[in-house]
Amino acid sequence: MSVFAKRLGAIALGVGLVFSGVSGAVAQTALLNVSYDPTRELYKDYNEAFAKHWKAETGEDVTIQQSHGGSGKQARAVIDGLEADVVTLALESDINAIADKTGKIAKDWRTRLPNNSAPYTSTIVFLVRKGNPKGIHNWGDLVKGDVQIVTPNPKTSGGARWNYLAAWAWANQEFGGDQDKIKAYIAELYKRAPVLDTGARGSLTTFAQRQIGDVLLAWENEAYLAGAEFGADSFDIVAPPISILAEPPVAVVDGNVDAKGTRKQAEAYLEYLYSEEGQNIAAKHFYRPSKREVVKPELLQQLPEIKLVTIDDPIFGGWAKAQPEHFGDGGVFDQIYKPGN
Amino acid sequence: MTTPAAASVRWRLRQPSVIPGFGLTLGFSLAYLTLIILIPLAGLVWRSASLSGSEFLAILADARTLNALKVSFGTAFLAALINVVFGVIVAWVIVRYEFPGRRIVDAVVDLPFALPTAVAGIALAALYAPNGWVGQVLNVFGIKAAFNPTGIVIALVFIGLPFVVRTVQPIMEEIDREVEEAAATLGANRFQTVYRVLLPGLAPAILTGFALAFARGVGEYGSVIFIAGNIPYVSEIAPLLIVIRLEEFNYGAATAIATIMLALSFAMLLAINLIQAWSRRRYGHGA
Repeated sequence: MSVFAKRLGAIALGVGLVFSGVSGAVAQTALLNVSYDPTRELYKDYNEAFAKHWKAETGEDVTIQQSHGGSGKQARAVIDGLEADVVTLALESDINAIADKTGKIAKDWRTRLPNNSAPYTSTIVFLVRKGNPKGIHNWGDLVKGDVQIVTPNPKTSGGARWNYLAAWAWANQEFGGDQDKIKAYIAELYKRAPVLDTGARGSLTTFAQRQIGDVLLAWENEAYLAGAEFGADSFDIVAPPISILAEPPVAVVDGNVDAKGTRKQAEAYLEYLYSEEGQNIAAKHFYRPSKREVVKPELLQQLPEIKLVTIDDPIFGGWAKAQPEHFGDGGVFDQIYKPGN
Repeated sequence: MTTPAAASVRWRLRQPSVIPGFGLTLGFSLAYLTLIILIPLAGLVWRSASLSGSEFLAILADARTLNALKVSFGTAFLAALINVVFGVIVAWVIVRYEFPGRRIVDAVVDLPFALPTAVAGIALAALYAPNGWVGQVLNVFGIKAAFNPTGIVIALVFIGLPFVVRTVQPIMEEIDREVEEAAATLGANRFQTVYRVLLPGLAPAILTGFALAFARGVGEYGSVIFIAGNIPYVSEIAPLLIVIRLEEFNYGAATAIATIMLALSFAMLLAINLIQAWSRRRYGHGA
C-alpha cells in the first residue's frame, strides 16, 4: 500500500518536474504526445520528420516531447492532469475514457480524422520458436497437445485485449457463433498461459529470454522488432489466416491545446501522420499504413495478407460494448479464472 | 505538559526530559506526521468512501480480492519469517566475526534497499526461470521457483533482508561477551546461552525487523510482478489487483482494496508492537 501511494506521489512529482518546463516555454512551441509502449521507435522518427516539415512550411520551430507507458496508465495520467496536446494510444476506449471523465476531448473525436482517426493499424500474429517445432499455423493449433502460450494480461495490457479479440474472431468463425464453444476455446487458451505479464514488452521478455512457452501472441510490429532485437534466427513469425484489425487511434486534447494555444500545431502534427512521409514511416516500423497507395511497395510486401475482423463487427459491437462485456469487472475474461471453471 | 497534579493520574505523558521544548517538539512531530503520512492516507480512505457500504463489503467478500489478499499477506509473512532466521544469522556473522571482506558483506546487505524493484524482479526471474542458472538446478528436483507463489516469496525475501539485519545489528553490537562467559561459567551449554541469554535481549529488535520486512512485503509490487506469473486466484497479489481495477477506471474499487490492505497492515503492525511492549516488560529493556 505504501508503495502504491509512493508511486502515485512519485509519478505526480516526476510528471510535474518534467512538464513544468514544457508548459512554461512560450518562445518555442512544444507539443506533448502521450503515447503507449510499442510506438517509441515510430514516434522518434516521425517527430524528427514533422519538425523538419513544420519548419519548412511555417518557419516555426516546434519540439515534441514523448511520453510512453501502458496505454491505460497513460490515459489515467491525462485524466489526472498531464497536459498532453495529443494522445496516440492503443485503444479507442482509453481515449473515450479521457473524453468521458474530463470533457477535454470532443465526443466526436473519432470522426475528425480519416479512417476512424487511426493513421496506422496493426494486427496480432504468432511468434514461434525457430522452425515452428509445434507446427502452429492457425488459432486452433494453440490448444493442441502440450502447447504453452505467452500473452500479457488483458486486464492490464491493451495489446493483450487485441490478442483475446483476435482469438475470439477465429473461434466465432470456426464454431459458427456458438457462444459456449467460443468461451470454452478462450478458456482453454488462457489455461495454457503459465505467465500473464502486465504488458506486451514483459511478455516478449518472458518468451524470448526466459524461454517460456511455444508461442507468443504479439502485435505484428513487436514481432518484427523481436526479430531485430533478439536475432531473426531464434524465431519465426506466423501470420494466421484470420486476425483482428487493431486501430490504435489518435486525438487532439482540445481542452489542453486551447489552454496552451497549440491547437494549430497539434492538429497539423496528427494530420501529417496521413501524409506520404508519415505513412512511409509507419510502414517502416511495421505498422500497416491506412493509405496504402502512398507507401513504397517494398514496405508493403513485408506485411502479409490476413483476413482482418474489426472491433465494429457485429460479433463485438464496438469498444463501448466489448470493453465491459469481455474485460470489465466480472466480464468474460474474469469468468475464465473463476475456480470451478 | 505534566504537572504534579496530573502525576496522580495513571494515564499520563511520560516525564519530560531535562531538555526543555517538549511541547514544541511534540507539536512539530504531530504536524509533520499528519502532513506526510496521515493526510495522504486519509485521502485514500476518503476516496474509497465514494462507495456505499454494501459495495465496499461486496469488494471485500469477492473471492478474487480475498485470494489476492491471502497471497499478498501469506507470502509476505512467510518471507518475513525466513528473513528473521537468516537475517539474524547474517547480522551475527557480521557483528561477531572478523574475516576478510566483512565490510563488503556489510555493504552488500543494503543493496536491496538501493536497487530499483523492477531490476530486482527481472534479475530474480532470470535466475529462477526454468532456463535460469538456479531454476535449471531446481528443475532437476521438480521444484518450480518462478511464476508461482514460491517466486513471490523469493522476491520478498530479497527485498526484506536488509530490514531485519539493520534492526538487529546495533543491538547485537551492544551485547557484552561477558554475559555469554557468565552463562558458560554457570553451566549453560551453547544452545541454552543463545536461547535463554541472547535471544530475549534481541527479541524486540527481531520483532521490529520482522514487522518492517512484513509491511514492505505486503506493499511490494515492482519486483513481484516479474516473477509471480500473475495468474488470478493463484499468484495474483493485491497490489496488482489494485492496478487492474485502475486499468478498468474503477477508482472506487482500487481504493477500497487499498484501504482494506491498509487496515490489515495497521492491525498486524499494532499487534506486533504490543507483543514487543510485552516482551520488553518481561525481559527488561532490550531495545
